[in-house]
Amino acid sequence: MHVPDGFFNAATSVSAGAVAAAGVAVCLRGARRELDDRTAPMAGLVAAFIFAVQMLNFPVAAGTSGHLMGGALAAILVGPYTGVLCMAVVLLVQGVFFADGGLTALGVNITIMGIVTVVVGWGVFRLVTTVTRGKVTVAAFLAALISVPAAALVFTLLFWIGGTAPIEVGTVAAAMGGVHLLIGVGEGLITAVTVGAVLAVRPDLVYGARGLTKPLVLRDAEGATTTADQDEPRPASARGPLRPFLLGGTGLTLVLAGAVSFVASGDPDGLEAVGQNEGFIDQASDHALGGWALADYGEVGGIPVGVAGIIGVGLVLVIAGAVAYAARGRDKIKV
Amino acid sequence: MHRLPAQCKLLAVFAFALVVVATPRERFWAFAAYAVLLAGVAVAARVPATYVPRRMVIELPFVLFAFLIPVVGLGERTEVLGLSLSVPGLWSAWNILAKATLGVVASILLAATTEPRAVLLGAQRLRLPSLLVQIAMFMLRYMDVIVAEMRRMRVARESRGFEARNLRHVPVIARSAGALFIRSYERGERVHLAMLSRGYTGQLPVIGEAAASAAHWATALALPAAALAVWGLTW
Repeated sequence: MHVPDGFFNAATSVSAGAVAAAGVAVCLRGARRELDDRTAPMAGLVAAFIFAVQMLNFPVAAGTSGHLMGGALAAILVGPYTGVLCMAVVLLVQGVFFADGGLTALGVNITIMGIVTVVVGWGVFRLVTTVTRGKVTVAAFLAALISVPAAALVFTLLFWIGGTAPIEVGTVAAAMGGVHLLIGVGEGLITAVTVGAVLAVRPDLVYGARGLTKPLVLRDAEGATTTADQDEPRPASARGPLRPFLLGGTGLTLVLAGAVSFVASGDPDGLEAVGQNEGFIDQASDHALGGWALADYGEVGGIPVGVAGIIGVGLVLVIAGAVAYAARGRDKIKV
Repeated sequence: MHRLPAQCKLLAVFAFALVVVATPRERFWAFAAYAVLLAGVAVAARVPATYVPRRMVIELPFVLFAFLIPVVGLGERTEVLGLSLSVPGLWSAWNILAKATLGVVASILLAATTEPRAVLLGAQRLRLPSLLVQIAMFMLRYMDVIVAEMRRMRVARESRGFEARNLRHVPVIARSAGALFIRSYERGERVHLAMLSRGYTGQLPVIGEAAASAAHWATALALPAAALAVWGLTW
């Protein structure tokens, strides 16, 4: 979802640019702490990886496919600061060299797809790993799942502040939130399994898992034990239990869907009232053109919010079923 | 056009895009004039006629979205070809289409006339943090390597009869992504060691840096200046 030029007004574009520049400046400082003098080559290669991964299409539901945003994945694998930098560089390169995303919308794109996804993803990840004491794959799934709709909702908020199209915010929020919750399930699944795969081979590379795995205890012939140094690469001890996280994720998806549709049906009431008022004003000024279309429209305009919520919940149910089905099949595949 | 220092061109394109975005959508003539300006740049730079349209495919998803806005938009309605469309929706669809297209064409022209490395060095001269520029350079340099690596993995998967059809196949793709990450990261470590052994101190040496003269700036900024003039004239 790369925003092109002309989508937001000039003031919003400029202020989002300021936010993005400030965020990137903070991250440039922080990334040196995460990677020391290796920052440039490592972050560059990880950015190339994110760029490549964004080209991986995965099937979402019947016939449709999505691709990763990669914010949460980057945050978990290389840390939040480097993650933001990588996402920002990917978006910069896409905007300048591939004309993907407008130049004036660069700030908006970096804010939404770089900063919001990484910050939300990393926050959720830290929260879940603290609560569950080191269920890295569960945390990765939830982080990616939540980061995508969060980005969609921030997009909606910006659109409400400085968008150039007259669309009802509630409808946009419900549609964007619903669709991106679905994409989030796919993103969460891929992120969790990707992190799991890296953990299995090079657990020392996963930034988010540092200090979470148990230290390796060595026991010699006399029975004396020594604890291995934490920094050494250790063999995989982190084969994440898949079933609990899929079930938990499904449950959370339903709760979130409920929350989103609640917000979607609760929030627009006020906006809808405004819309209706404006509708009436329009009607009053041009009723020669026929009040019927407008009156009809008021009704029609009222429905999509509810419908979108219901469709969102329905789709999420379908996807949750698909996830459960996939979990059943996974026993044979073994991750 | 190809010989202008990149920083001049970058600033010109940014300024042009900003002028375009700030133009009120009711001024049809202004947008036509912007398009003529861009066409003039393309002719002056001798960009092949088929090059720009081929690259514009990237805009397609948003074109579709723009067509959707009048259907779901709010406000006064009008009848077009039997469809009831929202008037403000039509305005904003036009707004997005026109501005996005002009922006996309401007950055395609920039990419067509400037090599990527020069663009980044230009950005550095415009006070973009050098660390950010270095990261972007490494990304550009190794992007093809990483993407090719991913393509080889895809060929390997497909030659074994794999095809991602439904959600159950996600783990396979995700494990490819995991392998790709490890390969990228380890390559990064090797690159870093290679750089250290060649005396890397945190700054990349720049050879043959192109300083911009006043004439260069004048040539490059003619585009946004002309756009600004159009903006003023159509007031």
